[in-house]
Amino acid sequence: MSDNLINLTIDGHEVSVPQGSTIMKAAEKLSIEIPHFCYHERLSVAGNCRMCLVNIEGAPKPVTSCSWPVSEGMKVTTSCDDTKEARKGVMEFLLINHPLDCPICDQAGECDLQDVAVSYGSDRSHYCESKRSVDDLEIGSKIKTVMTRCIHCTRCIRFATEVAGVEEMGATGRGENMRVGTYVEQALQSELAGNMIDLCPVGALTSKPYAFTARAWELVRTPSIDVMDAVGTNIRVDSRAGEVMRIVPRENAEVNEEWMSDTARFSYDGLARNRLTTPMHKVSGKWKSITWPKAFDVIAKAHKGVDVDRIAGLAGDIHSLEDLYAFNDFMKDVIGTDNVDGRMDGYTLNREDGLGASLMNTGIAGLEKADAFVLIGTNPRLEAPLINTRIRKQALKGAPVIMVGEDADLTYTSTHAGVDIKVLEGLAKPATKLGKLLKGKENIAVIVGAKAVLTRTDARPQMREILSFCEKMNVARKDWNGFNVLHQQAGRAGALALGITPEDNGMDASAIYKALKGGKIDVLWQFGEGDTGGESLSGAKFSIYMGTHKTEAAKEANLMLPLAAYTEKDGLWMNTEGRVQEAKAASKPPLNAKEDWKVFRALSDVFKSTLPFNTLKALRENMIEDWPILAEEHWGAKQEFDIAFKAGKATVTDTAYTAPVDSFYLSNEILRASPVMAECAAENGAAKFKPNMKKVS
Amino acid sequence: MASKSTATNLIRTDKVFQNLDGAEDWGIKGYEKRGGYGNELKKILKTDPKEIIELVKASGQRGRGGAGFPTGLKWSFMPRPDGKRPNYLVCNADEGEPGTCKDRDILRFDPHTLIEGMIVGCHALGAETGYIYVRGEYYDETSRLQQAIDEAYEAGLLGKNIMGTGVNVDVYTHLGAGAYICGEETALLESLEGKKGQPRLKPPFPAQFGLYGCPTTINNVETIAQIPSILKRGVDWWTQFGRPNNHGTKIFCISGAVNKPCNIEAPMSISLKDLIEEHCDGVMGGWDNLQAIIPGGSSTPMLNPEQSGEVLMDFDALRELGTGLGTAGVIVMNKEVDVLDVMTRISGFYKHESCGQCTPCREGVGWVYRLMERLRDGNGTVKELDQLFDVTKRIEGRTICAFADGAMWPVQGTLKHFRGEFEKRIEERKKQGAA
Repeated sequence: MSDNLINLTIDGHEVSVPQGSTIMKAAEKLSIEIPHFCYHERLSVAGNCRMCLVNIEGAPKPVTSCSWPVSEGMKVTTSCDDTKEARKGVMEFLLINHPLDCPICDQAGECDLQDVAVSYGSDRSHYCESKRSVDDLEIGSKIKTVMTRCIHCTRCIRFATEVAGVEEMGATGRGENMRVGTYVEQALQSELAGNMIDLCPVGALTSKPYAFTARAWELVRTPSIDVMDAVGTNIRVDSRAGEVMRIVPRENAEVNEEWMSDTARFSYDGLARNRLTTPMHKVSGKWKSITWPKAFDVIAKAHKGVDVDRIAGLAGDIHSLEDLYAFNDFMKDVIGTDNVDGRMDGYTLNREDGLGASLMNTGIAGLEKADAFVLIGTNPRLEAPLINTRIRKQALKGAPVIMVGEDADLTYTSTHAGVDIKVLEGLAKPATKLGKLLKGKENIAVIVGAKAVLTRTDARPQMREILSFCEKMNVARKDWNGFNVLHQQAGRAGALALGITPEDNGMDASAIYKALKGGKIDVLWQFGEGDTGGESLSGAKFSIYMGTHKTEAAKEANLMLPLAAYTEKDGLWMNTEGRVQEAKAASKPPLNAKEDWKVFRALSDVFKSTLPFNTLKALRENMIEDWPILAEEHWGAKQEFDIAFKAGKATVTDTAYTAPVDSFYLSNEILRASPVMAECAAENGAAKFKPNMKKVS
Repeated sequence: MASKSTATNLIRTDKVFQNLDGAEDWGIKGYEKRGGYGNELKKILKTDPKEIIELVKASGQRGRGGAGFPTGLKWSFMPRPDGKRPNYLVCNADEGEPGTCKDRDILRFDPHTLIEGMIVGCHALGAETGYIYVRGEYYDETSRLQQAIDEAYEAGLLGKNIMGTGVNVDVYTHLGAGAYICGEETALLESLEGKKGQPRLKPPFPAQFGLYGCPTTINNVETIAQIPSILKRGVDWWTQFGRPNNHGTKIFCISGAVNKPCNIEAPMSISLKDLIEEHCDGVMGGWDNLQAIIPGGSSTPMLNPEQSGEVLMDFDALRELGTGLGTAGVIVMNKEVDVLDVMTRISGFYKHESCGQCTPCREGVGWVYRLMERLRDGNGTVKELDQLFDVTKRIEGRTICAFADGAMWPVQGTLKHFRGEFEKRIEERKKQGAA
């Protein structure tokens, strides 16, 4: 046995665990179940529920296995009469003031208290005094509270304080008057508040939008991938009879741990509202529902005699890899135009610059190895809350976080260095006040905001300066690649990987916007909605909108084709670190809406140049043949990509970086269709955050 | 006054707290006149800390705050300062145990004994900062203590380079906010850090991870204040009082049904009967009128008259009877007292003071109180008496701190000695109901 392993026995079974492990961990290794409420692997140990008491030979009192460190030769018993009696006792105490309202409780069926009570409790109570009742709290549109059910495990308090970084939950009062809640009754100002619902072991904190809509045991659970940001959060879509009832996280230590952002969790009501459910044609200013064949006729007619150079296609922000691939092939091979772009916000880099230039090379989990952070034009708290939690972990351990760009409260101490690229010069000099912060730091992570930095007109020279800073600071080496680009859009990395950009002399997004203004586009294909950075999409003679929602952009078009949303199709998504992950369809597209790739396949027949796939499997095979990095063996893994960025000679401008996020809760068509998100946006105000930072002049 | 201390009486010069009655000057001049500070302190500050800890160990002094843990042993757990993290000495002056008021009189009548103790303690433990956490209700006492601290600073007894010995000690007072639980050492640390006063999980122990994560020792006021006298007068002087393992002098607080309730410093192992007869002019209505005595503050189970007549007041003797010396807050109840009502009130106190952190205590102490309330009035069944005992057993020993144990012991003590009284009331009530 190596030196740092500790041998002990639990219930007579021998086990070796690393020094410093707890009894709970050792028992886990032996698959011995120890009931608990307050203990949670990703939170600090509280030891207050007393459910995990076990006996140690020679110890005068039972100890909490969640907190007690193992020691050599320790003999633990988890199932003797003493422990059983202790558990029964604790269970009875928990239940004396817990209401017996399981039939009307949303937690029922997935309630820790229920499960543990059945396994370890008694079938009756001795208690015959009156029960406690507690006033409920109004803490915003995300979380419904029934505080009488609270068992004071303090998981929510610890999550808010430790992970989310907002010290808004706490306990007031003593003894049986102890109350868990926000000190001041107000909406929680966190992008991760919904995780408290999962953490709450009872029905005290439940999802407000999900309240009374379904029972846990009626739901069909489908593994999927979230598209509200570019993190690629692993989610589980719970549906009933083809309707999405709620979305919860799946565990993936490499990506989202077991958390998810509130946009991912609560936006599902947007999937059922303002949907485009059948093809629609605008005839003399009025929208008319038509059939698919009729729509194809309209499209064929619109393309008759049109010069392919006057046709353009734009792909939106949240498409799957397959759909983007089908769109790209359709536009370039079937229609024959090179005016195709999947970077509607004007993102400048493309596949030729190497995927490494556009992705998070350190990896999301890899950020926990960084000892300093330089954030350039990015606010990770709003662009990717789950990447922010990783940075926060390091910041709490003392890693300096330097912000260049708009100042913001990131939930941890950060140093605002300045608003433009010039700051990097001083940062690279160890003698300056700012430079001192990075002195001696080995694993520096530079995170560049795709939106605020790389959509600028001087994005290329910006990139050149940033890369030269990275070189000076030795940010990218053999054993550490600290150069990262943080995207906001779930489909952006995929669009870059698949080369959804003009190949020869075609127009890119900004050229297309200009051509639209000049009346030089006859047919515009809008595949989904994208952030155009304020540019107008009107101006084409004929405009086709393909998408899930009746968005403002769609209403400008002449024809609307209904497609499937992310929960309604099988698909692959590439996240901001280049990780390919598979999502399964949880429900069917509504009414006449179709899966995206099927529409392109059908349209290719209309143009008499059939695309070479009839099934999703065939499409994937084609795609993987073209792009081997997408092969099934790489799914779920973080891959390494090279940077092949060629610096131009253009001069860099030092205008300030703009704010990367307008509204966290309203950043894509699904979010904008969601009433819950609208409420959250109203009661929040990312803009209202008071920055709480160290200033360095 | 006799010229030599006896097993029941201390002569003035054998007392550590010579101004406990407040008859003299509490200020620095008065204290110096009584033998405080001076060259002897300078000598102590020049002694190697390790040697001091050895002396304290040799004296066998046990903590005066309730648990009776040997002070020298506790001090020896502290690592020497490593230059990275400071060491702290924290004085627990959160005297909240019902029936106890010894620290209060030290703070207001002899505050310099504590300050001198803090200086010596900090030196011995390698701490340059000491905190005195005083219960919120002791506002006036804290003002007095602060005046004394200011005096000490002025006299160069606190601050940098004390008496030219190179020892630096700063002492700060901090007022609590009125929670009994903050007398538990780790809850006290939490409160001192500005957090909600709730006990911490142990391990890690404060000696490794205490105030602000630094090595910390927490001692009671009386414990700290006695140290300079032990060092100045010698271990032999100290060990002449009390039985082995229980040496020294101790302040006893006697309240309740005695003719002269008082705070008195007496030798350890004085018999309880002597304590009451000699120092308090006896029980109201005579010794035969005695019903029960709580020997060490409300957390300790009570003694019946027979036990009270024989027991010696020290840690081991009381432990043998299933109770404890605790804080030595003796509460005497004669036959005019409704013991069940007193114990119900004490239960109510614990219900009110539970911090609410862990389940058995948060939910259970209130349950016990409600049962006590009902059973006191005879509203209940004999079966419920067993249930009450059962509930106390389910709470005891299953919580983070010892609060729940302290809350349950008096109830268990009541059931042990007064079960008959409970049963009588239940019977009477039944008859009333039938009528």
